[in-house]
Amino acid sequence: MTTAEGAAGGLPAAPDAAPQAPRPPALRRVVGALRTGETGAWKWSARVAVVLPAVALAFAVTVLAVKAYPAIEVNGWHFFTGSSYKIGSAYAQTVRTDGVAHPEGSSYGVLALLVGTLQTGFIAVLVALPISIGCAFALTERLHPWLSRPLGFTIELLAGIPSVVLGLWGVLTFGPFLAKHVYPAIAHVMPNVAFFDWFKGTVGHGEGLLTGSLVLVLMIVPIITATTADLFRQVPPLPKEGGEALGMTDAEVASRITIPWVRSGIVGATALGLGRAIGETIAIAMISGSILHIAPNIYSPMSTIAAAIVTQLSSSLTDATGFATATLAEMALILAVISVGVNLVARWIVHRTSRIGGAVGRGA
Amino acid sequence: MRTAGRRKVFTVLFRVGTYLALGIVITPAVWVLVGVVAKAAPGWQWNVLWTPLVSNTGGIEGPLIGTLILMAGVLLIAGTIGVLAGIHLAELSKSVDRGPSSWLRMASDVLSGFPSIVLGYVGYVALVVGLHWGYSLLPALLILSIMVVPYIAKSTETALRQVPSSYREGAEALGMSTGFSLRRVVLKSAAPGIVTGILIALAISAGETAPLIYTANFSQTTWTGSFIGGHEFGYLTYMVFTYWDEPFKHDVQLSYDAAMVLVAIVLILLVSARIIVARTQRHAESRGG
Repeated sequence: MTTAEGAAGGLPAAPDAAPQAPRPPALRRVVGALRTGETGAWKWSARVAVVLPAVALAFAVTVLAVKAYPAIEVNGWHFFTGSSYKIGSAYAQTVRTDGVAHPEGSSYGVLALLVGTLQTGFIAVLVALPISIGCAFALTERLHPWLSRPLGFTIELLAGIPSVVLGLWGVLTFGPFLAKHVYPAIAHVMPNVAFFDWFKGTVGHGEGLLTGSLVLVLMIVPIITATTADLFRQVPPLPKEGGEALGMTDAEVASRITIPWVRSGIVGATALGLGRAIGETIAIAMISGSILHIAPNIYSPMSTIAAAIVTQLSSSLTDATGFATATLAEMALILAVISVGVNLVARWIVHRTSRIGGAVGRGA
Repeated sequence: MRTAGRRKVFTVLFRVGTYLALGIVITPAVWVLVGVVAKAAPGWQWNVLWTPLVSNTGGIEGPLIGTLILMAGVLLIAGTIGVLAGIHLAELSKSVDRGPSSWLRMASDVLSGFPSIVLGYVGYVALVVGLHWGYSLLPALLILSIMVVPYIAKSTETALRQVPSSYREGAEALGMSTGFSLRRVVLKSAAPGIVTGILIALAISAGETAPLIYTANFSQTTWTGSFIGGHEFGYLTYMVFTYWDEPFKHDVQLSYDAAMVLVAIVLILLVSARIIVARTQRHAESRGG
């Protein structure tokens, strides 16, 4: 009888088998054992590897919960209704609340950071969504491949630019440009009535809520565009051709047929972008101005939970009781809950509609 | 007539809007790339790449080596685990949509949505302080790997699913064992997709800052060769994050240099990924598949 190598014909021979034939039965048994062994090795190593992300996830949540527990107990619900980050006096007596040691005068409130996180996230999504749909439409339906390929790749590159580089550009170039040429004009034309007066007032030097949100837009547009373009390509041609046959223009086909066809997929992609925006740290830490208050107007400096976790580390380490780092863990836990929640909803929506490859980048 | 006019206006506005949207994205993308080069180029000297980092003088040798070592470590750890996990999800698990595999896939998805700063803080609490490893290479590597494993697993799974099942059936009909056909037939066909995913994961880890601040901190000294024990080391992203704000002109220039080198690394990785994808597509088209 022929061996597996002989039958495989053009395929290269396995390195663990001697090339000569005929083969003694003993060698064939050894080769057979190695073959079976190889399958087993693949199966077992893959089985171990696939469990590791789940283990890491459980580990991360447990570590955060254990570390944050004293802070959750002491900070209580007031944590969500006030805004302060006071580590307390390093020289005064250590006091105990509910058995948890912390420096005298320490008080923490995450409200402003929470509001800042949601504000940057939602402004970014509001701006990014129409832009992404427009980009996806132009790339898939209107432009010739010789133009849409390089442009699509440029958008992909934007997703790959490190957030610290976008932050540097935002704080040195983009922010000052906006504060000088764009923000004053917006502030000037906005009427002085409720809601719109949020766009009035001092525009600052370009470090703040709006600049941060706009840089987030650049980070999430590639995610939403890539997913939306994929969805557009999956829309079957017949309904679109039917629309054209009825005399619809391409814009009408897009707004009446293509976009409604993939609506929930777009919603899911947008939620993925929102999750990415909420978790972004370094760029916001560089551009937001890092001030702990709820922004009085859209240009003013502020901060987010993610940015505060990174900017407050060194001061928190001065707290010898460790209460400040426990509070940081509580903030990290809140951030994780929000972004995982957003992410799960997004995946559920996308999963319900279609199976598509992810976009470039994490969180996609 | 009024309706026709309105339709025309809508169509024109829609078309203008889509091109405008494209312009709004492409302009800053080019602006960032050109801007980084424009900041760094005037004071650029090639020898910063191999000059050690010292206050107010010196180059970015240490941070560059740190970033490259981090990438190599992530390639080794996350590459192995991610590809194996992807193989399990696509090839070896019995059911796709139900049972333990779907739960493991979901855990991986949830992990990929975890903000990197949260993972960094977990690394700080559990590894740097909890296990007394101190700020050093191993905690940084582990946290970066945890970050990108879900991404590599997902792209590997997607690549494997695109391999036609006739390949596997053919291999089985020829008497190949599952492991042998996986190695010589299935993985070979999926290799371009898998490599692309790994390259993008490397680009992500090269550009990450937040989790490294909490696990490696920063030091001007080059990596000393030890994995744990409080041996802080330098990496490029941290230089971009802090040095631009320093009072000394030389330090500011170093942060621009670091940003440009970082962008160059990421560009090389993403362009290679794109070339691999384009080549494979052309190959597949020429075979009529």
